[in-house]
Amino acid sequence: MNPVEILSVLLEGEWYDFRDLGNPIGELADQIKDWGAPEWVAYLVSTLLGSVGILLWAILSVLAFIWIERRVVALMQNRKGPNRVGPAGLLQPVADALKLLMKEAITTTGSDRILFWAAPIIIFVPTLAIFAIFPWGENMILADLNVGVLFLLAIAGINTPAVFLAGWSSNNKYALLGAMRTIGMLISYEIIQVLALLAPVLFVGSMRMADIVSWQHDNVWIILIQPLGLLAYIIAGAVEMNRSPADNAEAESEIVAGYHTEYGGIKFGFFYQGEYLAGFAIAAVIVTLYMGGWRLFGLEEWIPGWIIFLGKMYAVFFIYIWSRGTLPRLRIDQLMGFAWKFLLPLTIVNVLIVGMEVLIWRENELSAGEALPAIAVINLLLGLVLFAGWARFLGHGRGTQAASGAVLTQEIGAVFFKPATGTEMTN
Amino acid sequence: MDDTGVVIAFWALSLMTIGSALGVVAARNIIHAVVFLVASFLGLAGLYVTLSADFIAVAQMLIYVGAISILLLFAIVLTPRGSRDNAEGFLRLPALALGILVAAALIFAALDTEWAIADREGFDETASLIGDALLDKYALPFEIASVLLLVAVVGSIVLVRPEPIEEDE
Repeated sequence: MNPVEILSVLLEGEWYDFRDLGNPIGELADQIKDWGAPEWVAYLVSTLLGSVGILLWAILSVLAFIWIERRVVALMQNRKGPNRVGPAGLLQPVADALKLLMKEAITTTGSDRILFWAAPIIIFVPTLAIFAIFPWGENMILADLNVGVLFLLAIAGINTPAVFLAGWSSNNKYALLGAMRTIGMLISYEIIQVLALLAPVLFVGSMRMADIVSWQHDNVWIILIQPLGLLAYIIAGAVEMNRSPADNAEAESEIVAGYHTEYGGIKFGFFYQGEYLAGFAIAAVIVTLYMGGWRLFGLEEWIPGWIIFLGKMYAVFFIYIWSRGTLPRLRIDQLMGFAWKFLLPLTIVNVLIVGMEVLIWRENELSAGEALPAIAVINLLLGLVLFAGWARFLGHGRGTQAASGAVLTQEIGAVFFKPATGTEMTN
Repeated sequence: MDDTGVVIAFWALSLMTIGSALGVVAARNIIHAVVFLVASFLGLAGLYVTLSADFIAVAQMLIYVGAISILLLFAIVLTPRGSRDNAEGFLRLPALALGILVAAALIFAALDTEWAIADREGFDETASLIGDALLDKYALPFEIASVLLLVAVVGSIVLVRPEPIEEDE
């Protein structure tokens, strides 16, 4: 027997089997029931422990990623990044957090005090609640909802009115305009998210996160059979977490800082942390629904599932750091047009294709080994054809693009210089 | 309803739902009223969870909290004078009387009805059952509803579609 097997035999099912943190907590819950407490007390204690664990992880992870992101983006842009506070700037996030905590809590004149204070909390708390439904390991699911995927979208929907409250209660026109713009973006891309997440649900036939992970373990990672949906979800996720190239919610040159223009100190800290957590949540959704969740080809027997889950999640989050370091911001009309004219038709057609494939698969009672390779090839090819074809149909991808008139600017009376006829702007 | 946790949850959520519903009526500021309404919707979603109707609960959150509230907020912001305080109503007394009458009628109906108590356990998973019912038994109403929504979408686009801007010179 090799050391790992001996370890497995020793640990299997014991409370100190920290390969799955569900074991110690489950053991504690059983212990509480043994003491004669009713079942809901045991449930309450174990759930509270899990929630505190997730909260601690969230705060530490955000602190760590403030430093990692700033250093990595600095590397990409040939700068040094924060390197003064502590060794290699490691204490910079701590200093930032302390600064935010100690700043004066300013409330603007004429603002709606209660809503102004409530908005950061209303944004932060639901984002934290998303992490309850992810399977971090075999027994590490805080809330194993059978409508998990839908819950995810519902929670994202709660953020939308909170953004409006933040912008409206600030009594600042830039904040209100920024809030309106953010809501427009969030609602548009929420539709894309729903349609993109529908495809994995159709394949698995369940909205329970644990079912989706085990289906991917039995068959294949959904990323292979659903590349177009994943791409749409990644783009919609960038909008949801307000990151370049879709960080129009805080376009400094247009609307100062968007809906949190008037916020400072720890209230701004809540927005900032909420944004980061939304980023982790999007990465966690991608990992769980498309990349096999906490499983990694049997490696989860050796390494704790939650470490695999976190590793995958941070790897996906790195894509977003990368895009922030490299891509410029889109114009707001480009972003909205991209959602409604490009991604929406593509994702609708994608859902139709997936539905037909699943129907053919079920009706003919094919085995997964027969159906899935064909589905993978068909979806990849169809995805490429649809993507390129629809872009070409809309007039992109030919290298040249005719300059269009600035309609809104013209309407409010600005002078609009039309390019001389016949000239085309080349990329 | 024998489990203590469910009983506690029921009373807390009922308090939240009814309290915020009262807040909707009592709030002077109309945006505050919408916030109270959202809280009321959330409480109702929680009540659905205690009835083990989880799909309805999440759909309530998705549609009412996420979408309908935004619709209301936009309607308020885009209406002139709409974002001001609730006007002093000269109909306050008649409205109060009508409200008391409606409440009395509802309470009488609730107390007078012989409630049939379901003799079986709740469903484990409601989402797939609802899906089956919608696409099988209730396919026609479902399709009619979606056509209605499509008509509404097209109609609103036609209504707000701007005239093409004339080219100068």
